Amino acid sequence: MNKNTKALLSLENITVSFEGFLALNDLNLSLKKGELRAVIGPNGAGKTTFLDVITGKVKPTKGDVFFKGKSLIGRKEHKIARLGVGRKFQSPRVFENLTVKENLEISVSTPKSPLNLINKNIKNEQIDEIEYLMKIVNLSNKNNLKAGSLSHGQKQWLEIAMLVGQRPDLMLVDEPVAGLTDEETDLTADLLKSLSGDNTVVVIDHDMEFIRRLDSNVSVLNQGTVLCEGTMDTIQNDKKVIDVYLGRPEE
Amino acid sequence: MEFKNLKLSKKTTFVIWVIIIAFIIAAPSILPVFRLNLLGRYLSLAIVALGVDLIWGFTGLLSLGQGIFFALGGYCAAMYLQITSSSEFPNNIPEFFGLYGVDNLPFFWEPFRSPIFSLFAIWVIPALVAGMLGFLVFRNRIKGVYFSILTQAALLVFFNFFNGQQKLINGTNGLKTDVTQFFGQMVGSESMQRNFFWVTALLVIAAWFFSKWVVKGRFGNILIGIRDDEPRVRFTGYNPVLFKTIIFSIAGGLAGISGALYTVQSGIVSPQFMTVPFSIEMVIWVAVGGRGTLLGAILGAVFINYAKSLVSEALPASWMFIQGGLFILVVTALPEGVLGWVQGEGPRNLLQRFGLKRKIETYPSLEIKNEIEEIKK
Repeated sequence: MNKNTKALLSLENITVSFEGFLALNDLNLSLKKGELRAVIGPNGAGKTTFLDVITGKVKPTKGDVFFKGKSLIGRKEHKIARLGVGRKFQSPRVFENLTVKENLEISVSTPKSPLNLINKNIKNEQIDEIEYLMKIVNLSNKNNLKAGSLSHGQKQWLEIAMLVGQRPDLMLVDEPVAGLTDEETDLTADLLKSLSGDNTVVVIDHDMEFIRRLDSNVSVLNQGTVLCEGTMDTIQNDKKVIDVYLGRPEE
Repeated sequence: MEFKNLKLSKKTTFVIWVIIIAFIIAAPSILPVFRLNLLGRYLSLAIVALGVDLIWGFTGLLSLGQGIFFALGGYCAAMYLQITSSSEFPNNIPEFFGLYGVDNLPFFWEPFRSPIFSLFAIWVIPALVAGMLGFLVFRNRIKGVYFSILTQAALLVFFNFFNGQQKLINGTNGLKTDVTQFFGQMVGSESMQRNFFWVTALLVIAAWFFSKWVVKGRFGNILIGIRDDEPRVRFTGYNPVLFKTIIFSIAGGLAGISGALYTVQSGIVSPQFMTVPFSIEMVIWVAVGGRGTLLGAILGAVFINYAKSLVSEALPASWMFIQGGLFILVVTALPEGVLGWVQGEGPRNLLQRFGLKRKIETYPSLEIKNEIEEIKK
């Protein structure tokens, strides 16, 4: 059993080795329910592998992941998703040949069994949910457009809406503002902030302005371990972090 | 001329259906017996093509082994006919068993004495075999070209196995149905063949509506999702293995029905149904007709096969070149197939090239227009 039962998610001594290369090295991290957490780190620090371990894509060589007190190791991806872990990918991954509405239907529909999908119509409250999500991300007037014809930013938002529609307890958001304009970035930050509280959100990004705007606790990853944890100000004044990641302002 | 979003009016749809049904009813009177029989056979192939479209066009599973399920359906139908017509032969079992000194019907053929069991077996057995094969393959996450190779290998295994089993299924000679009796008539007789034609035509329409129902709505969208980005489907909480197994099993069942209808109209089922080129041809029909269009699969199967027989009559030995050329043309110029091209931007692009149609408005101008309309509101 997990010793820290209050944590929604805890990673304990996670090590992932790809043929000798340690992508994650004895990583420990825990999240409280309702928390918004930013994860930053230089390229190759293991940020995406960290998400892969939680969502079941990569099996750690060592260590354990607990979510709501249950170990996630050895569970299939779709089982983990059904437990309440949702993920948004680095580059927007929406179903390009389906319309905006159909994309959202896929994420909102429950139960996710073939029989339910083939012989039952979508529930009314789920249709309302889809309308609501489209309104939030400003895609209401594009509901019948193929997702493939959306702009990059709109795809990012559609994927965030799909993530929210899944109603996960834990949202893992990988680089949500890559390729977005400043204005869109600010809106995304506000959206994510408004989601935390009810939801637990992990945001991975490089954009320091964006992270600052999230106004959350930050974990800095370097070479597969957590280098430092704290508020943005603590992080920015931490000598180790400056050395490996932020760089000295004078230079 | 917007083809894709063009909704046929109720009247037009009605007229088209009246023409189709009138043709089906009248075909036996219009067409010579030989041509009618060919049309019936090619229509039955349309059903297996629908299955190929479901698994390949929608779900992205390129199976080169649909011949297995096609032949299984054919064997089920042929064995039923042989058993019911075997009363005058020694031991009351089909004649060929005598050639190999078999005195008793092999146990697994026993249930085929029942017409009802046989009627179900024709589609349930291929569907079950497809489901089991599919589940094992999909569970191990074998996909893409490995899946294609594996299905082809399975096809060869079945082909060689069926070829060698004289005592069970008459081996390489296959099972003849021409001289068997069905409802007191000879299966090869003109009137019986006419009935088979009508049944086939009806079943093609039924299979088409069934396939449309399967891909309509959320289930079909998940299939498309699996085709385009399977891991994404997984991370959304769906188990792709189940969806793929179900659709592969449906395609197997359709192949079985198709094989049974093809068998009774060609008069024989043999391991030749499981040759590698035949299963590849099934894929070509769908590729040429239009992947993911369903109707394209039907049209592709019927027209390519009809063309094949017409060309082969006029210029023997040239068909393989034409078929190869057709495939190259589709791969290079019409990746969506003929129907996909017609439904998509194809005709408009062609007209534009000849200056007969104004260029489509670009995306930004559309957005500006939307905004203007919103302001107007």
